[in-house]
Amino acid sequence: MLRLDSVRQRYGDHPVLDGISLTVPDGQLLCVVGPSGCGKSTLLRTIAGLLPAHEGTITVDGTPVTGVPERLAVVFQEYGRSLLPWLTVRDNVALPLRRRGLRRAARHAEAEAILERVGLSGVARRHPRQLSGGMQQRVAIARALVCRPSLLLMDEPFGSLDARTREDLEDLLLEVHRADGTTIVFVTHDIDESVYVGDRVVVLSHGPGSRVVRDLAVDLPGERDQIGTRGLPGFVALRTEVGRAVRHGE
Amino acid sequence: MTADRRRAHRTPEGSRTHMSRTPDESRTGQARTPDGSRPGKALASDGSRTCPAPAVQNSRSRSRPARAAVPLLLRWSVLLAAVVGWEAAARAHGSVYFPPPLRIARHAHGLWFSGPLGHLFLTRAAVDTILPSLGRMAAGFVLAAVAGIALGIAVGRSRRAYALCNPVLQFARAVPPPALVPVFVVVLDFGTPMQVASIAFSALWPVLVNSAEGARATDPLRLEVAAVLRLTGPERLWFLVLPSALPRIFAGLRLSLSLSLILMVFSELLPGTADGIGFTLTDAQTRSDLLTVWSALMLLGVLGFLLNTGLLAVERRLIGPGRSS
Ligand SMILES: Nc1ncnc2c1ncn2[C@@H]1O[C@H](COP(=O)(O)OP(=O)(O)OP(=O)(O)O)[C@@H](O)[C@H]1O
Ligand SMILES: [Mg+2]
Repeated sequence: MLRLDSVRQRYGDHPVLDGISLTVPDGQLLCVVGPSGCGKSTLLRTIAGLLPAHEGTITVDGTPVTGVPERLAVVFQEYGRSLLPWLTVRDNVALPLRRRGLRRAARHAEAEAILERVGLSGVARRHPRQLSGGMQQRVAIARALVCRPSLLLMDEPFGSLDARTREDLEDLLLEVHRADGTTIVFVTHDIDESVYVGDRVVVLSHGPGSRVVRDLAVDLPGERDQIGTRGLPGFVALRTEVGRAVRHGE
Repeated sequence: MTADRRRAHRTPEGSRTHMSRTPDESRTGQARTPDGSRPGKALASDGSRTCPAPAVQNSRSRSRPARAAVPLLLRWSVLLAAVVGWEAAARAHGSVYFPPPLRIARHAHGLWFSGPLGHLFLTRAAVDTILPSLGRMAAGFVLAAVAGIALGIAVGRSRRAYALCNPVLQFARAVPPPALVPVFVVVLDFGTPMQVASIAFSALWPVLVNSAEGARATDPLRLEVAAVLRLTGPERLWFLVLPSALPRIFAGLRLSLSLSLILMVFSELLPGTADGIGFTLTDAQTRSDLLTVWSALMLLGVLGFLLNTGLLAVERRLIGPGRSS
């Protein structure tokens, strides 16, 4: 369980987060939406222990976050930069396995298995720069999943992809979430996406000093599909509500 | 692209109009540095320049032999034309001070490269002249490279160490290296230790400064990735910092290599040396043996070229497909 208690964050004199309190139960897929620059990435960096919270506390399974928590994985917004271009795709994905003390062959086997799972078989020996944006994003997701995280943070992971790739990856994410029961905090600025993917949507207000302005449970059928779900009256109602909250910060 | 790259190395920044811009360059609007390695820009004189985030080293053209062949031919044809022109001018003039290149080459061949097959055609004179020089140069250069990379990465990784060391580095770099040789003569007396120390000490600064700049410019996002992946210190160094700094390190190594050659010759020009190419040069000069002087000069040119080519080959191997395509 992830708990944030009155978390405040600032860069110098510039306030970014102004008292965020949230409880994310195990296995929930929480979507965080908000206008650009409101502090979504900052929130994830703070949860990941990369930025110490200015005020307030964050706990993961009861343990206060001081450094990077155990069994945490992050998919960064700038996924292309987050991969190491001098390593092959397989070595990028296998990198987090080193600390598990696995043999080289075992690391490679696990990396290739997870690559297959995200729909990337046959590119293990290529380099990230030789792949398309969508493929690079799958590599970044594979690297995050390879250690079987219990908490996964994703920062606008599908932000710069074309519609079709994006839908495929949304469904991949849902499938992984259903199979592994990972707790996921998924940041996006796409309102439709947040409702489609999330179990719950939290809306942050416009900065500086943003706070939670809306916290909505998504009670749509668990089994989602790109055409059907987006046509449901419940979906339309939710996206209208989220959209209004994002626009008016209310 | 090898030719393209090397030509870029020899071409001043301003006259690059004939170079094609790769798609990546036109997108970022960032030009290649004279040495061809964009993120690894060598600091020529002013160390205060901040390095941009390591950009993609996109050189798709490097892998296209067809496109590389034209500049390659062009480059060699210019050299050939220069030599032919020199030959013609020297013959026409007939001055004893400026012998034609063919005579120089024939003299050099007789002097050094007409030995038995078992000695790779090297003569006794070559073994006694070239090998000691190269040995001292290699020792000095390797010492400088190892120490420079290690110290440079250490300095570049710590913001405080960098702030503290930077003035010292800028100062040490500003001293013309040959000016330091007398100091080493006093401390170590004439001989190989003095020569190796002079080479190593002069060649140290370019690698050190460039390694520090390279390590300092490690992408902060990638450092966050390393933290999230919980890489250990050595892993972070090996998988992240060192590869990020590699283009800069090689930019520094190339400067250090040419300084090593300069210092190798310079330290052999001093009294008290008994072998080496520099010694051959002064010795032939006192005997007014101009053919040998010119031969030694040509030999130095060829050696410098071959060493630089070798270093570029190593660089291309290490900075592999991940960044070059
Ligand atoms: N390293 C930094 N130093 C100073 N200010 C920063 C830094 N990073 C972000 N900011 C500021 O903090 C605010 C929040 O930034 P953040 O990146 O968290 O926004 P975001 O919600 O992720 O935006 P986007 O949707 O565009 O990714 C912005 O106003 C930004 O200018
Ligand atoms: Mg962001």
